Amino acid sequence: MKLSTLLTSAALALGVASGAYADAHEKTKVGFVFVGPVGDGGWTYEHNQGRLAVEKEFGDAVETVFVENVAEGPDSERVMTQMALDGADLIFTTSFGYMDPTINIAAKFPDVKFEHATGYKRADNVSTYSARFYEGRAIQGHIAGKMTKSNIIGYIGSFPIPEVIRGINSAYIHAKKVNPDVEFKIVWAYTWFDPAKEADAAKVLIEQGADVILQHTDSTAPQAAAQEAGNVITFGQASDMAQYAPSPRVSSIIDNWAPYYIARTKAVMDGTWESKDTWDGIGAGMVGIGEISDAVPADVKEEALALKASIADGSYHPFTGPLKKQDGSDFLAEGATADDGTLAGMNFYVEGIKGDIPK
Amino acid sequence: MVRLEKRPQPSRAFSWAAPVLAVVATMIFGGLLFAALGKDPVASIETIFWEPLFGDFAFYYRPQLLIKGAPLVLIAIGLSLGFKAGIWNIGAEGQYIMGAIFGAAAGLAFYPEQSVFIFPLMVVAGAFGGWLWAMIPAVLRVKFGTNEILVSLMLVYVAEQFLASVSLGLLKNPEGFGFPGSRNLQQYASAHNGELIAGSGMHWGVVAALIAVIFAYVLLTRHRLGFAIRVTGQAPKAARFSGVNPTRLVLFCMGVSGLLAGLAGLFEVAGPAGQITIDFNVGYGFTAIIVAFLGRLHPVGILLAGGLLALTYIGGDIAQSQLGLPAAAIQVFQGMLLFFLLAFDLFTQFRLRFGQAEVI
Repeated sequence: MKLSTLLTSAALALGVASGAYADAHEKTKVGFVFVGPVGDGGWTYEHNQGRLAVEKEFGDAVETVFVENVAEGPDSERVMTQMALDGADLIFTTSFGYMDPTINIAAKFPDVKFEHATGYKRADNVSTYSARFYEGRAIQGHIAGKMTKSNIIGYIGSFPIPEVIRGINSAYIHAKKVNPDVEFKIVWAYTWFDPAKEADAAKVLIEQGADVILQHTDSTAPQAAAQEAGNVITFGQASDMAQYAPSPRVSSIIDNWAPYYIARTKAVMDGTWESKDTWDGIGAGMVGIGEISDAVPADVKEEALALKASIADGSYHPFTGPLKKQDGSDFLAEGATADDGTLAGMNFYVEGIKGDIPK
Repeated sequence: MVRLEKRPQPSRAFSWAAPVLAVVATMIFGGLLFAALGKDPVASIETIFWEPLFGDFAFYYRPQLLIKGAPLVLIAIGLSLGFKAGIWNIGAEGQYIMGAIFGAAAGLAFYPEQSVFIFPLMVVAGAFGGWLWAMIPAVLRVKFGTNEILVSLMLVYVAEQFLASVSLGLLKNPEGFGFPGSRNLQQYASAHNGELIAGSGMHWGVVAALIAVIFAYVLLTRHRLGFAIRVTGQAPKAARFSGVNPTRLVLFCMGVSGLLAGLAGLFEVAGPAGQITIDFNVGYGFTAIIVAFLGRLHPVGILLAGGLLALTYIGGDIAQSQLGLPAAAIQVFQGMLLFFLLAFDLFTQFRLRFGQAEVI
């Protein structure tokens, strides 16, 4: 039933009825639309790892296809349409900028399931999914606060959007908790991936006295800059960046999409797929914490792992009151935790962070 | 012995044969590249060139060719006028961005009012934005003799920063939960540059591109200004003696190319793209330079070249998904096209001579 209805509706939606779509396929076809190259070593690389995991899990029962370097906008609409026309049952669109295109194309192919990463618009056949990276930031903040000697922590921001601001706040809260004298210096790179800009940002921060660099950009340029400077530690972003371990890279946040991609593909195979919003963290395995290296003292490592465990089992929430906003107004009362709506739209710094969010 | 000899007259025949030979050579060497990657070369080339035009889903891809090709042609037409006269506007990408920002801002200023005057106003604003951005290198060149190549190129990066800034601030969708990006103009009827005939891919940008082709053709063949452009490129001194005002020519060529790039940006943001976002620009302004040269700086040639480039983009994406070709291989393939064009171009000025050089 699935295939024929899919193709008829595809053809009808595009105003064409033709007999050209006869080749039946029993395999479940899963498409992936990637914003960068699969070899970027970061964001797209990890999504592609998820794709490979789906292939490994289901073997001959699935066929996966992908297109890399797809610009957001009309190009992405074309690639999605093409995958749907070619008989995809499930399509993962893995960049925020694919949000409106995904909704547009999903409306034309009601029988194809779509999964959009990091967005907030859903439909009957469009789910959204994202990871609670801020949970990983809490652990980074803890290690950073303990490790810094200059008490200056540099932070390379990508774009001033809720996702990134949430990470800064989470890291700051936990650094401050273990080291009240800590200060954050934030540089906005206005890019997700640009080794030259990231290296410049890291150098500027190091010159300003930072001996820990946190980054929300995907290249290893900050690691290279830290290695050159010496006595500066960093954390891998998006992927493990283990080539810089044990120092300057002392740990990392790893995006692990494999369990989710496998589960959703399975749901399509079983006919149990439903549109929903998924926001998973360390507990569900979507956010991985890379090996904490020996450059970190054993007691700090132990504390960090305990923090990780408490976040994973849900006994601790990284945004737990009492917390105030930067302007001194109340954010969370004693013991209260931030709800997902507040987190999703977070556009303010917590108390103690200096500087303004660029407008 | 083989050597190159300068032709007494550039060969007109070779000037037109070079693009065709370049396409053929690209197919051959591209096929070898795909074969080296373990893909069937014939199937790969067929997927790229045949599938979008005549494949099972050509009904969908043909309109996409218009959508992808229109901005390329529109920008390349503007650039070709300057290039013919030796005025090098390399910053069309920036002018494209500024056209989109100005145009979208003009439309969004009236949100949610509905009026038939909003879209025409956006068109004017978009053209103005592109023109203004091109006027900076133009005026700097005529006043201070700066190099318009460098200035216009650098202004692309400035425009990209503006784009990031307005996506995060001035034009940010107030209902967008703090995420960057403007409201979607596709959902604002008065500002939407939609398809004129459903399913045809025809939007106002395609119409504008076709008008630009005709306009450029008439200008170059029938108008005094077209003569001034051609003669300046071929013999600057002769142009000066024949009364061509170089200052006015720079301002005109830069202005027109900026204006058309701005229009392309406006039609794109109000139509297929829908939104001002940080990553709105996808390189049309740079690709249009290739289109202009591939089309021999001739309006009709540019139209064909724009279609060809659009075809390789669309076919390239299909080949990625159906055959698993890496995106980088497709980009190499597209790069080959320009490389071979330049290589074969050599033979419009030179010819091969076999045998011993004559001793005089």
